[in-house]
Amino acid sequence: METFLNVTLDLLNGFGTTVKLFGLTLLFALPLGLIFSFCSMSKFKPVSALMKVFIWIIRGTPLMLQLIVVFYGPGLAGAWAEDLLAVTDNALIQWIATWNGLDRFPAVLVAFVINYACYFSEIYRGGIESIPKGQYEAGQVLGMTKTQIFFKIVLLQVIKRIIPPMSNEIITLVKDTSLARIIAVYEIIWSAQVYIKSAGLIWPLFYTAAFYLIFNGVLTVLFRKIEKKLDYFKG
Amino acid sequence: MSVLEVSNIKKSFGKVEVLRDISFSLEKGEVLSIIGSSGSGKTTLLRCLNFLEYADEGTITVNGKLLYDGSDKKSKRMKEAEIRTKRLHFGIVFQNFNLFPQYNVLKNIMLAPTLLKHGDEKAIEENAKKLIERVGLADKINNYPCELSGGQQQRVAIARALALNPDILCFDEPTSALDPELTGEVLKVIRSLKTGDSTMIVVTHEMGFAREVSDKIIFMADGVIEEFGTPEEIFGNPKSEKMKAFLSRSLENI
Repeated sequence: METFLNVTLDLLNGFGTTVKLFGLTLLFALPLGLIFSFCSMSKFKPVSALMKVFIWIIRGTPLMLQLIVVFYGPGLAGAWAEDLLAVTDNALIQWIATWNGLDRFPAVLVAFVINYACYFSEIYRGGIESIPKGQYEAGQVLGMTKTQIFFKIVLLQVIKRIIPPMSNEIITLVKDTSLARIIAVYEIIWSAQVYIKSAGLIWPLFYTAAFYLIFNGVLTVLFRKIEKKLDYFKG
Repeated sequence: MSVLEVSNIKKSFGKVEVLRDISFSLEKGEVLSIIGSSGSGKTTLLRCLNFLEYADEGTITVNGKLLYDGSDKKSKRMKEAEIRTKRLHFGIVFQNFNLFPQYNVLKNIMLAPTLLKHGDEKAIEENAKKLIERVGLADKINNYPCELSGGQQQRVAIARALALNPDILCFDEPTSALDPELTGEVLKVIRSLKTGDSTMIVVTHEMGFAREVSDKIIFMADGVIEEFGTPEEIFGNPKSEKMKAFLSRSLENI
C-alpha cells in the first residue's frame, strides 16, 4: 500500500511536467498556428511557398527527431562556428559561436510549439477556406473592413467547424508529451520507467495509462461542451 | 440629374467577354429590372456596380459624382478604405441571402451600422426594429437564420441592406433560391419598397413581377443590352428576335 502511494505521488510529479508541457504548447501553438495559416494562404507567393515548405518539413519528419535537433542543434552549430573562428572573423560566425543551446524543457517546448503550430495551421486553413465566399462578400458590400469581416463574421464560424479536428489533435498532443523523455525531461512515463530499473516494478508504467485516460476524458467532456455551446447556429 | 449613370462598361474573365459595352442611366425612385437568360452577364453587371468585380473599361457615376473609371488605372487600385465608402452608395441582396448564421435577426441588421458607427447604439437598434417590422418579421426578431424559412431569410437580407440607406438597392435574383411558394412574400416586400424615393435594380427571372413593378427594363443577351424600354414596350412589342425567343421560352415555363 505504501509503495502504491509512493508511486502515485511520483507519477503525479512527472504528470505535472506533462500537463505543463501540454498547457504551454497549446498557449503558444494555437495563435502561432493562426499566423502560419495566414502565411500559407498569403497572396504574396514567396511567403506562402516558404510556409508550405516549412509545414512539409515539420509534418514530414518525426517529432522525436525534431526534439533532438532543437536540443542538440544550436550547441553543435556553436561548437562548429567556434572552430571556424580560427579561419574567419565573420560577425555571423562570431555570433553563432556564442550559442550554447537551450535547456531541456525549453527545447522540448520549442519543438512542440513549432510542430503543433504546423498541424493547427492546416486545420485553421481548412476551416477558413470552407467558409462560403458569400459571407465575405456580404461583409464587403456592407462596408466592413477585412479585419472586421474576419473577427466579426468568419472567426466564430471557423471555430465551430474546426472543433472536431482540433480536439483530435489536442488529445494527440497529450500523448505526444511522452516523447519529451527522449532528451531526459522528467515526465510521467519517465517517472514510471525509473521503477523498472530501481525496483524491478513494471506496473507503475501500466498505471500511467490511468492518468492519461482521466486527463483526456476531461478534455473530451470540455470539447463536447464547447460544441454544444455553438449548437445554436448552423453554418 | 440621374442617380446612376453607367457608361461603356466592359468586363472579361480571361478570354470570355461577359460584358460588352453596357450603358444605361437611372433616375431617382425608378425601378430597373434586368432580364435575360443565364450567362448573359446580368449578375456580373451588378457585381461591377458593387465593386465585387472591377470593370475593365467604362465609368460609374452616382449623383453626378464619378465613382469609377476603368480607363483610369488608379480606379482599379483604389485603396480599401476608398472602395468601402464608394460601395455604400449601393446595397445588394444576394441570391443566397448570405445572412450571418451566428447572429440573430436583429444583430444581423445592426452589425454593419454599428461597426461603421452610423449613430449611437440606440438609434441603430430602433432603426433596425423599424426595418424588421417593414419586412413583416417583428415576431422573428430574436431568431437565428437557421430557424427561418428561405423567404424570411431573404426579407432579413433586404432589411440588412436597407439599414445602411444605400442610394441604389440591387437585387441579384432574390427569389431564385426559394421554393416557389415562398417567392411571393419576398416580391411583396420588394414591391412595397417602391414608394418613389428608393431606386432599385432587380435582376430577375420573374417576368410577371418585372412587368408589374419596373419603370424600365433591360433585356441582356451575350453581354450586351439587346433591348431597353418600358415594360409595355419590352413585353408588348419586343423588337429583337432574341427577346422574342426569350419571352416565348419564359412563357412556356409558366
